[in-house]
Amino acid sequence: MQTAVAFSTVSRHFGAVRAVDDVDLEIKEGEFFAMLGPSGSGKTTCLRLIAGFEQPTSGHIEIFGETAEGVPPYRRNVNTVFQDYALFPHLSVADNVAYGPMIRGVAKAERRKAADEALCLVQLPGYGDRRPGQLSGGQRQRVALARALINKPKVLLLDEPLGALDLKLREQMQEELKALQRSLAITFVFVTHDQGEALSMADRVAVFNDGKIMQVGAPEEIYRAPRSRFVANFVGSSNILPPELTERLAGNRSWASLRPEAIHIAAGEGQRATVTGYSYLGAATRLAVDMGGQRLTVLLPASSDVPAVGQQVFLTWQPSDLHLMEDEQ
Amino acid sequence: MSAASHAILPGRGGLFGSLSDVLWRNPRLMLFLMLTPPLLWLGVIYLGSLFALLAQSFFSIDEFSGLIKYEWTLKTYAELLRPANLDIIVRTVSMAVAVTLASAVIAFPIAYYAARYARGKWKALFYLGAMLPLWSSYLVKVYAWKLILAKEGILNWIFAKLHLTPVLEAWLAIPVIGGNSLSVSYTGTFLVFVYVWLPYMILPTQAALERVPESMLEASSDLGGSPVQTFRHVLLPLALPGIIAGSIFTFSLTLGDYIIPQIVGSSRLFIGQAVYAHQGTAGNIPLAAAFTVVPIVIMGFYLWMAKRQGAFDAL
Repeated sequence: MQTAVAFSTVSRHFGAVRAVDDVDLEIKEGEFFAMLGPSGSGKTTCLRLIAGFEQPTSGHIEIFGETAEGVPPYRRNVNTVFQDYALFPHLSVADNVAYGPMIRGVAKAERRKAADEALCLVQLPGYGDRRPGQLSGGQRQRVALARALINKPKVLLLDEPLGALDLKLREQMQEELKALQRSLAITFVFVTHDQGEALSMADRVAVFNDGKIMQVGAPEEIYRAPRSRFVANFVGSSNILPPELTERLAGNRSWASLRPEAIHIAAGEGQRATVTGYSYLGAATRLAVDMGGQRLTVLLPASSDVPAVGQQVFLTWQPSDLHLMEDEQ
Repeated sequence: MSAASHAILPGRGGLFGSLSDVLWRNPRLMLFLMLTPPLLWLGVIYLGSLFALLAQSFFSIDEFSGLIKYEWTLKTYAELLRPANLDIIVRTVSMAVAVTLASAVIAFPIAYYAARYARGKWKALFYLGAMLPLWSSYLVKVYAWKLILAKEGILNWIFAKLHLTPVLEAWLAIPVIGGNSLSVSYTGTFLVFVYVWLPYMILPTQAALERVPESMLEASSDLGGSPVQTFRHVLLPLALPGIIAGSIFTFSLTLGDYIIPQIVGSSRLFIGQAVYAHQGTAGNIPLAAAFTVVPIVIMGFYLWMAKRQGAFDAL
């Protein structure tokens, strides 16, 4: 499989700020790749480096084997779905979608036909004659998607495309985007700060912090085997155990991550702990417990009995769920 | 028991206390009270006098006695179409078109810089630079330009120092736009008009460009648009309402001005000067009024055309 995008030791500095700091990255062709991180972590700058809106301060970028430095955005066969959608308010929906073909000089009737097809693809048939201002947020998002996809880009970049949508719509769009990516077999690069979105949609996830990539891997790998405390905390929530405690529990002196749902309450055996609080989440119940001075979060399935606050419980987990991390002590 | 322990506080009392309660309950009354004085002013004083003037254009003047005949007639409008008067209209409209186009072309890069790049003190400097010419007396500026453009003026001196005097002379030798010196040519009038009205073009253009999000330009570039195509298909259409707003100023101000062409330029009349002359010394109020109708009709037509061309679609 070919490499779609390759970064080698790429940095992008804004004055003293290292927005992207010495990043190596390889995105494969046809992959759904997520860049996950808090705001200011450099993920959007990475996306803009691929689109060509930013030029690297140092390092080398290749898109499908060709050097990308110094190539302006309009000469890259890469399209972007912008966070604010950036639809042109003076053009109809069809003219927005047909903007790329219009620029390339495609005849009017032909590009209108292509725009109508692209609008069907994003399930907005018959919306061509409206104005962007008359559409809802979700519909605008679909138009932005159609406007990018009509150009059959080699790579589609999506900058927090679902950020402005409400929860129900977001879940629906997640599935649609995934299905669309499967059927079109275009490389998608997706920027998000929502770990749930990254885990559910992506083939691989890169977790960003402070302009660096902390970890790259399949969602299960990132979730089950976070390499650092940052990743363990940012991707899902986790109990971070200090080296002393890990040594006592597992024999290795290093930081460890223990997912709340991996902890079970057993009768009469395991680590002794006291329940200090709980919150009901619907599908599960979250317990706060105190295990010999270490506060832990435990996630119980909805069907299980919930111990009362102040009650003594015994905690168990599979030894393999206690994941050791590479952080320095 | 203190007042703070009540859920509902007692009325403030007094005239203003009860008045504010009444106004709060009747927002429409408040709006009515706020809008009536300015609307009265606009309606009666401004529009009223304008219509009184326009009504005059449908009267005519008795050619022997010089008295106004108060009978409805289109005779005065027919007089507008006499070659001498038509000349004045064509001259003024051409000048207004040229001034507006030049202002738009000069203002755009300045406004673009201010909207996209200038930050902090540079932005303040921009506003200062754009507004400063508006703060000093218009007459002083026009006379200053007369000195600059005069045969013994600084512009001629600069051309001489740069050994470019032949270029200037060749320009002045062109019929119509040339003349004895810049200060008595249409070129001079044009330069002064552009200088004086430029701020009115820069500010609305800048305001329109400021409202164009950066991502809009990036989107165009992303979709394959070269800088020229992005300008043509995105930036210009989105800035057009601002440019149109600015051109309304430059166009109508040029159409109505009677001082600049009198001080700088050939002695041939512009509409403003014609109005001034007819309502003053000539005492031909109907013809002066008819001349006033010309810019109003032209502006109305211009706005209608601009709307039809979709200039305001981005608003």
